[in-house]
Amino acid sequence: MRIERDVIYIFIATLFLMVAIPWAAGQLSEDIFFEWPFFFEVAIGGLLAGVMYSLVALGFVLIFKASGVFNFAQGAMVLFSALTLVGLNELGLPMWLAVIVTLIVMLVLAIVIERVVLRPLVNQEHIILFMATIGITYFLDGFGQTLWGSEVKILDLGIPSEPGFYFGGAILINDFDLVAALIAGVLVVSLALFFQYTRIGRALRAVADDHQAALSVGIPLKHIWVIVWAVAGIVALVAGIMWGSKLGVQFSLALIALKALPVLILGGFTSVPGAIIGGLIIGAGEKLAEVFIAPLIGGGIEDWFAYMLALAFLVFRPQGLFGEKIIERV
Amino acid sequence: MTDSSKSFLQVNNIEVIYDHVILVLKGVSLEVPEGGIVALLGANGAGKSTTLKAISNLLGAERGDVTKGSIEYKGEVVDSLNPSDLVKRGVVQVMEGRHCFEHLSIEENLLTGAYTRKDGRKAIARDMQLVYDYFPRLHERRSSQAGYTSGGEQQMCAIGRALMAKPDMILLDEPSMGLAPQLVEEIFEIVRKLNQNEGVSFLLAEQNTNVALRYSDYGYIMENGRVVMEGNAKELSENEDVKEFYLGISTEGRKSFRDVKHYRRRKRWLT
Repeated sequence: MRIERDVIYIFIATLFLMVAIPWAAGQLSEDIFFEWPFFFEVAIGGLLAGVMYSLVALGFVLIFKASGVFNFAQGAMVLFSALTLVGLNELGLPMWLAVIVTLIVMLVLAIVIERVVLRPLVNQEHIILFMATIGITYFLDGFGQTLWGSEVKILDLGIPSEPGFYFGGAILINDFDLVAALIAGVLVVSLALFFQYTRIGRALRAVADDHQAALSVGIPLKHIWVIVWAVAGIVALVAGIMWGSKLGVQFSLALIALKALPVLILGGFTSVPGAIIGGLIIGAGEKLAEVFIAPLIGGGIEDWFAYMLALAFLVFRPQGLFGEKIIERV
Repeated sequence: MTDSSKSFLQVNNIEVIYDHVILVLKGVSLEVPEGGIVALLGANGAGKSTTLKAISNLLGAERGDVTKGSIEYKGEVVDSLNPSDLVKRGVVQVMEGRHCFEHLSIEENLLTGAYTRKDGRKAIARDMQLVYDYFPRLHERRSSQAGYTSGGEQQMCAIGRALMAKPDMILLDEPSMGLAPQLVEEIFEIVRKLNQNEGVSFLLAEQNTNVALRYSDYGYIMENGRVVMEGNAKELSENEDVKEFYLGISTEGRKSFRDVKHYRRRKRWLT
């Protein structure tokens, strides 16, 4: 992947601001406690939380890349997959088997969505497909909870969630977050390789560029859509597992999709690495702002900081950090 | 067309309607013999592109429909196949305006052309080399993003991509669009070479009547969704009407298009 010079500048500037502002705030105000180990602790905690946002954002990127459709249902897919997994587990299936069965369920879901929703709407405007995905959202929310019940369920993966000390005991990091980051990393690398080097991955990118041309060289759109929704389903399952074991499996999982939006705007709707970097920036920025800036203005920055950051990006770089620029030759 | 040539692609009196209401083709019949280059000529909106898309089954994606007539390829009725199946049978369309995958490199563009093939990496690599032999310029630019290459390179990329499917028949829509005259000649030279060396048949839609007739064996002239004239390329280029209306030459010498009297054409062809 080629990285533009602007991106590097923005990236360095962002890093600088992320360090400089907390430091300056610490110097200027007596309300704010600033020490380097504490700063890094907050930053690393934020980065790891950001990985979790990236996981959700990834699902959006996949479908948007391949079909230009913003899949509103991604959050619902996260909830649905987590509910199915826990539900199967409660029925007595061992965890590994439950994961496999859930994967199959997500694949079937992709096929059904293509048949029932996407195929009849082929050639319609993007906005119509977007509205169809809103319909899918409500269906999945309701269907999942009808099937498995709506009470909060606990998903225990056996990953210790106590914080551990690292770097000679100086910095406190949650072990669970580390594992989540590792899993997300593996997922991203394999997706990137899949998109870049396989025949199907190439076809997916081709479809994203030009539907008609893809048809003309004999790429069957229907298969491509099933594949892409199935992959998004797998990503949703991974996100569902990680978020579900962190927060418990409950309806609010569907709402974390909203947190993925600023990540997408920052990283670019069409870039897998963008979703990761965007998630990291949002995660770290949010936590740093909450700890080092919020006391100055009375607290509660964490909830809206991400959206404000996204807004700033929309003004200066609407395609996001790594989004595809619309190539126009004059 | 002479009866001795084996019927390869045959379009029988097709009618095409867009959006259930707009009648675009009003009974078009044409034939491409095996190993031939056939030109489909006419002005904007005559129905050339629609004819090609009807053959390649890309009409569905534009809400168009073949409502009457039939299309046969190697004796098989192909109007209800999807485009992918048709590519597998060896018919590929190069669309008007080139339609390269902008964010893919030239090489990746070529590779997508081989999507339907099942004969293995080696065969695909061999054909890629073949494409590079025909279009050395593509080899130079193989790792650049197609969106940033020149119009001529994109046209070559589009033709090369179609070749990667190992076609027997290429439907070439307006290859000269937006290209410098020299480049147009170059592209048509390659079309002729591909036809002679690889045995690929071509049906090409063109507005550039002069060049198209020079490189093809047979031509059809379309107007308002109908074929109004057909004949050997040589006969067509010597025909007085074609000369006057499409080549801009008349018995009184070169003429401005403004001075052409349209009623004469109507009188001779449409009554």
